[in-house]
Formats: sequence, C-alpha cells, structure tokens
Amino acid sequence: MKRNLILLLPLLALAGCSSSSTWGWYVINPMTASGWVNVKFLISGMGDTILISVIAAVISIVLGLIVALPGLAKSRGWRMANRVYVELVRSIPLLPMLFWVFYGLPIIFREMGMNVPIDPFWGAVITLALSDSAFTAEIYRAGIQSIAKGQTEAAQTIGLNYLQTMRYVILPQAIRRILPPLANQFIYIVKMSAFASVIGMQELTRRANELVVTEYRPLEIYSLLILEYLILVLFISAGVRWLERRMGSDERG
Amino acid sequence: MSETAIELVNVNKWYGTFHVLKDINLSIKTGEKVVICGPSGSGKSTVVRCINRLEEHQKGTINVDGVELTNDPKSVTAIRSDVGMVFQSFNLFPHLTVLENLTLGPIKARGLTKSEAEAKAMHYLERVHIPDQAKKRPGQLSGGQQQRVAIARSLCMEPKVLLFDEPTSALDPEMISEVLDVMVELAQEGMTMVVVTHEMGFARKVADNMIFMDAGQIVEQGTPDDFFGAPRSPRCQQFLSQILQH
Repeated sequence: MKRNLILLLPLLALAGCSSSSTWGWYVINPMTASGWVNVKFLISGMGDTILISVIAAVISIVLGLIVALPGLAKSRGWRMANRVYVELVRSIPLLPMLFWVFYGLPIIFREMGMNVPIDPFWGAVITLALSDSAFTAEIYRAGIQSIAKGQTEAAQTIGLNYLQTMRYVILPQAIRRILPPLANQFIYIVKMSAFASVIGMQELTRRANELVVTEYRPLEIYSLLILEYLILVLFISAGVRWLERRMGSDERG
Repeated sequence: MSETAIELVNVNKWYGTFHVLKDINLSIKTGEKVVICGPSGSGKSTVVRCINRLEEHQKGTINVDGVELTNDPKSVTAIRSDVGMVFQSFNLFPHLTVLENLTLGPIKARGLTKSEAEAKAMHYLERVHIPDQAKKRPGQLSGGQQQRVAIARSLCMEPKVLLFDEPTSALDPEMISEVLDVMVELAQEGMTMVVVTHEMGFARKVADNMIFMDAGQIVEQGTPDDFFGAPRSPRCQQFLSQILQH
C-alpha cells in the first residue's frame, strides 16, 4: 500500500499549486458523519463499474475470437472482412461510439420496426465490448499465429477438423501467451467504463462528478476516485498473476 | 500384396513461379516400403506432404487407396484417415500428456470412448517400447522418445499407410537407432511406408524401392541392390558418394 500512496504524491504537489491554497480532505474524511456519507456515496459506484467491465470483457473475449478466426483464413474474402472490422472499430473514438450506440441504435431499431430500448447500462456494455473486440481480435490473431504450423499439421493428420484443431490443440497453447495482453485490455476496459458517466450511469466517475458539483472539492474527490480504480486494477493484476501461475505450472507438468 | 496403395500420375506443383515438383509418377503397392532420398530442396518432403494434402498439387492426380485427392474436403478427410504422418520435428502437443496426445485423435475424430482409446494408446506405446512414459508431457522426454510417441500417435489412428518426413534428422546421433529400430519393426509387420530419409543403412535393410530426387524430379529408382550397387545417373552417383564416404 505504501507504493500506492507514493503514486498519489505528484497529484498532491499539483494540488498545492492550485488557486485555493488549502486542502479540504474533510470532504472525504470517513471519521466525520458528512465525510462518511460522501465516501459511501462514491464507493457505492463500484458495483456498476465492475459489472459493466466484467460483462463487456466477457463479450469482447468471445466476440474477439469470432472476429480473429476469419483473419487467419486462407480465403482473401474472410481476411478482408476481418481487416475491415478491426480497422473500422478500433479507429472509432469511444465517446462518439457511445453516443451512437446509446442514441443512434434505438432510432435505427425503431426505423426497422423494432422497439429495442437501450438503457445506459447496456449502452455502456455494448460500446465497451464492441470497441474492445477489435483489440482482442488482434491479440488472438497474434497468439494463434505464434503457435508453430506443425501443431496444426499434426492435428490434421490425426483427423481433427478445423474447430477441433482450434479447441484442443491451438487455443490451449495460445491462451498462455494471450493472457497477459488480454489482462491489459481488461484493465483498459475498467478505466474506459468511466465514459458510462456521460450517459447517466451512476458508476464511480459519475458519482465523483456529482459530488464535485455539490462540494466544490474536485482534487480531494478525484484523488479518492484514483484510489478506487487503483484498487480495482490491483485486484485484476493479482488475479491474472494467479491464473498465469496455474497455467504455467500446468505446462511444465 | 499387389494392390496399389498410392498412385501419383504426372504430379506437378509450383510455389508461385518456382516449379517444385515436375511430372512425378510413383506407384506404391500395399505393404511396400519406399525410401526417398535426395539433396535438400529436391522436393522429396513436398511429395510426401502432397500425399496427405498438407500441400496442394496443381496438376496431375494422386490416388490413395482408390480415392482421388481433390479439393473436396470429404476426399481429404477420407485420405487423411488412411494415411499417418511422422514429422521431422515430432509436432507432439506440448500441453497434453503422452497418453492424451495418443487418445485425442481416436476420441475426437473416431468417436472412441476414453477407455477404448486409452487401451489402444497403451497397446501402441508398448509397441514403441515406452509404456512407462504415458503420464509425462512431451517436454520431459528425450528426442528419440518423443519421436517414438509421435509414431505411436499415428498408429493409434490405424492408418493403412505411414509417411515419414525425415524422422531422424532432428535427433541426437545416439537416439537415431531407437527410432529406426521401431520403424524396422513396423516394416517387418507389413506396414506400407514412404520414408524420406538419409539413413542409408535403414534404406538398405527395409526398402523395396529406392527413389532419388533432384530439382523436383525423380531421377532414379530401383531396388536397394541396384540403387546402391550400380547407380546409373551421374547426379545420383555423386550424391551417394558424398553421403556414403564417411
């Protein structure tokens, strides 16, 4: 934890230079009644941030694989489809994409005669999953390509079809190499879930913004916000390292 | 013994503009052992890889056990289920145990139950003399042991023909004979074999037909006695003198 506090020091120094010359940590001091109310209000956004991130990551991990496989096909048409998706989706900035999904999709659905309401929660999940899937797809592609061609050939000669080869031979080996960059992407999703605040999702960042507007103490409140994300990310890192250790020992037998 | 197992007629293949295989004609009978040798880049591995469609040929026909090899996935599957392959670099699955390496194909492609597949796997591990290694992973075995596992893995699919693509080239010298011994045993049991190798002692012992390839063509073929005793083409004479002089 000591190291985490050191990370906050530059921010404190910055705060010292601001026009309001004093600190106002009382605003998030859990020892006082009003501070405790504020802290509880801020922390209670954790559930939504986690839920949005986890669901978006799961969708992205599945969608990314579906997008990646055509990119490894022999046929030029399939590879082209993969390229178009990846280049298009990863170049769209998150904020406009969020607006498109949240405000645009319902209009398109309505014009097609369907009534599909998209609430802020699912708007955020869909946007994050979609945007991230292009990156996940590239991670899969690199991981699968890093497995020697002889593995595919050996699988073919013992009669496995394409999907069996992927499932039993290639992916179990590739996943060990894919895991670290996939974890990176998950952390990215967690932080980018802050954009959900823009369409009214009461997650961590939205709550911080709302409190700033009433308390006028942005530095102190955002410091707590940073701490909240830091804790989330440290948990993810620990989890991934645990997974890696398990899989690593698996490979060594 | 006279039934034709594999027949190649006027097979041609190009990599881009590079003509790798030029009018290859080759007929292999059931139970026959064919050894292919030649300098590197002569196309000998490519011939073997075309027989089970790891490479595509562009002209000519390849028949395996009466089925013509075409782009139809059914013909590819049909032929692959009859043709086993042993690679230079073993290509065992490193994330699976030896036993799992052997049972994967029978369970997933043949629909055997786990216990049936394991019984079969242990049977073939005994034939390659390493039943005690079943629970280990490939990385824990020596090169010679890994190649014998790879041979057992092919045998578990009960192929009619077994292809070997330089099976001992990646091995330390002291491990070559344990692999060749297994191959000689297989040959004695009547397996149809096509072997790309430079092990001329092995070739002399088991080959019914010796084939010498150079620059994508079959330059010379014949019985080992004729082939080693009286090679006709200068290219083959030169090749043999180079590999036999030590």
